[in-house]
Amino acid sequence: MSDESMSNPALATEEMPERRSLWGDVWSQFRTHKGAMVGAVVFVLICLAVVVGPYIHTLDPQRLDILNKNLGPSWAHPMGTDNLGRDTFAQVMAGGRVSLLVGVVAMLLSLFVGTAIGVLAGFFKKLDGPLMRLTDLFLALPLLPLLLVIIMLFRDTLRSMFGPETGIFILIVFVIGITSWMQTARIVRGDVLTLKEQEFVVAARSIGTPSRRIISRHILPNVLSPIMVSATLGIANAIITESALSFLGLGFPSDFPTWGRLLYDGANFMQLTPSRVIWPGLAISLTVLGVNYMGDGLRDALDPRIRGR
Amino acid sequence: MAALASTESLQLMLQVTGLSMHFPVYKGLMRRQIGEIKAVDDISFHIMRGETLGLVGESGCGKSTAGRALLKLYQPTSGRVELDGTDVTALEGEDLRRIRTDMQMIFQDPQACLNPRMTVGSIIAEPLDEHTRLSRRQKRQKARELLDAVGMNPDYENRYPHEFSGGQRQRIGIARALALEPKFIVCDEPIAALDVSIQAQVVNLLEDLQQQHQLTYLFISHDLSMVRHIADRIAVMYLGKLVELASREQLYQSPQHPYTKALLSAVPEPDPEKEAIRERIILQGDVPSPANPPSGCNFSTRCPIAQEQCMRETPAWRELEGGRYIACHMVQ
Repeated sequence: MSDESMSNPALATEEMPERRSLWGDVWSQFRTHKGAMVGAVVFVLICLAVVVGPYIHTLDPQRLDILNKNLGPSWAHPMGTDNLGRDTFAQVMAGGRVSLLVGVVAMLLSLFVGTAIGVLAGFFKKLDGPLMRLTDLFLALPLLPLLLVIIMLFRDTLRSMFGPETGIFILIVFVIGITSWMQTARIVRGDVLTLKEQEFVVAARSIGTPSRRIISRHILPNVLSPIMVSATLGIANAIITESALSFLGLGFPSDFPTWGRLLYDGANFMQLTPSRVIWPGLAISLTVLGVNYMGDGLRDALDPRIRGR
Repeated sequence: MAALASTESLQLMLQVTGLSMHFPVYKGLMRRQIGEIKAVDDISFHIMRGETLGLVGESGCGKSTAGRALLKLYQPTSGRVELDGTDVTALEGEDLRRIRTDMQMIFQDPQACLNPRMTVGSIIAEPLDEHTRLSRRQKRQKARELLDAVGMNPDYENRYPHEFSGGQRQRIGIARALALEPKFIVCDEPIAALDVSIQAQVVNLLEDLQQQHQLTYLFISHDLSMVRHIADRIAVMYLGKLVELASREQLYQSPQHPYTKALLSAVPEPDPEKEAIRERIILQGDVPSPANPPSGCNFSTRCPIAQEQCMRETPAWRELEGGRYIACHMVQ
C-alpha cells in the first residue's frame, strides 16, 4: 500500500494543502457573528478605559473636595462629583479595575472547580455519588451566613499576610469562586454522562487511549458550550455578589471604590445626583452584556457544525 | 510466499472459550443486586486467520455485547479470549493497551462514532498518536494514505465529520480501524445504518481490505443476505447463547437448529414464483427477557419441536461432523 501511495502524485507530501489551523477558523467564524464582535469591542473598550484611563484623567478618586460636592457633569468632572466632592469618573475607572478583576478571576476559579468536579463525577462512576452529594451540600448551604463566617474568620489573617487590599481580594475571589461552581458542575456532569456512552468514546477506548486523554481530547471539547454559557453568566454573577458583599461591609474597605460599592453608595443620592448611580450601573450592564455576546459568539465559533455555515 | 500464506491461513486467530458477560441489576434504596442480565452466556467459537465469521441474531440477543467483550471494552464475567495465542481477558493496563493495536472495531452508527470536533485527519491519526512515535508529518502522510486506501480524497483530511454522508463517515471509521494495521477487526453492524447501495460499496471495501491486509473479521449483522455474501462461516445467536455455527453453504442449505430454520425462512426470495411458495416458519410469542431466561434451552418457549427434555436441560454446545456446532437436544 505504501509503495503505491508513494508513486501516487496526489499523495506526495509536497503537495499537501496547508492544514487549516483551528484558531484561524474560529476567528473567521467569530468575526461573522455581529453581536459577538460588538460585545468584544465594548468589553475591550471598557478594559482599556479602566486600565489606561487613570493615566489620562489623573484626578485621585479618593481626594475629598467638599467645596465641589454634588456637581453635575463638567469638563473638570465628566461624570460629576459625589457628596464628598470625589470625582465620579475617576472612581468608576478605579472601581472597574477591581470589579473586572474580581469578576474574571472568580469566574475562572468557579469554572475550573465546576468543570473538574462535573467531569470527574460524570466520567468515573465511583466518584459520581460522593461528588454529587458534595455539590448538593454546597447548594443547600445558606450562602450569606457562610460568607459572613468565612470573612470573619480569615479576613485578618489574610490582611496581615498580603496587605489589606490584596488580602481581601484573594478572600473575595475565593469565597465567590467556591460558592458558585455547583450549577456548572451539574450541567457538565449531565453532558459528560451522555457523551461517554457515545461510540466515538468507545472507539477511543478500543484504540487504547487512556482515560485522561479521552477526557482532554473527546469529552472536554464537547462540553465546551455549557461551560461557555456558565462562564459568561459567572462574570456577571461575581461582579454582583462582590457588590452585595461590599454593601454588607464585608468586601473591600469602604473608601476603596468598586462598581458595586459606588452603586450602593450612590443609591441614597439618586434624586440629587442620578449620575452617581447611572454610570457604575451602566458599566456593569455593558460589561455583562458584552461578555454574554462574546461567549455566545465563541461558543458558535468553536462548534465545527455551526462554523461551516 | 504462496506456501507461507496457505499455512498461515490455517492458523487459529481467535479462540473464545466460555465467554460470559452478565450485567448486574440493582434496585431499591440500598442498591442491592436483585439479579443479572445475561447478555452473553457461555459462548465458545474460534476464527481462523484471514477468515470472516458472521454473527447473526435478532435485536438484543447480545451480538454487540459479545463483540465488545471480545475486545475487552467490557470486563467479561467469565471465559477466555485468546487472540493469536495471547489471553486478552487476563491483560491489564499497559499490556492491554499494547495488544489493542492488533484488534480494532468498526462501529454501527456512523453519526456517533466520529468526534464532531476533530478533523478527519486527526480522527484517523488518533491511533497513531497513541501507539507510534512518528513525526507529525509522517502521521499526516499516513492518514492521507489511509483515506486514499478507503477510497476517499486525501484532501478531505481538513474537514469535519458533519460534512460527510453516512457511507463516507463509515469509510473514515474503517480508515481509523486500519491505522494500526490490526490482525483482527470486529465489524459491529457496520452497514446497518447505511442505504442499500452504499452497503454494497462498504462491504466490497471491507472485502478488498481483507485481501490486501490479510485481515480476520468478526462480522456482526442482522442482515442475513449480507452475511451470506461476506462470511465464510456463520454463527447464530439467540438470547445470549450461540445456537448454531456452520459454514455458509451448510447453514444456508441445511440449517439444523429450529431457530436457524425460522430465521432463514424469513429471508425474502427475489424470484416471485419461488417467493409465492416459500414457507415461512412463524415463531409464537416474544423473546424472553435476558434477566429471566427460561430454564433448560433458551429457545424452548418458542421452539416448534420442543420436548419435555428441552424445558429441563440446557443443551450442550457440541460439534457435529463437518465442523459444524449446534446446541439442541432434538438434532442428532
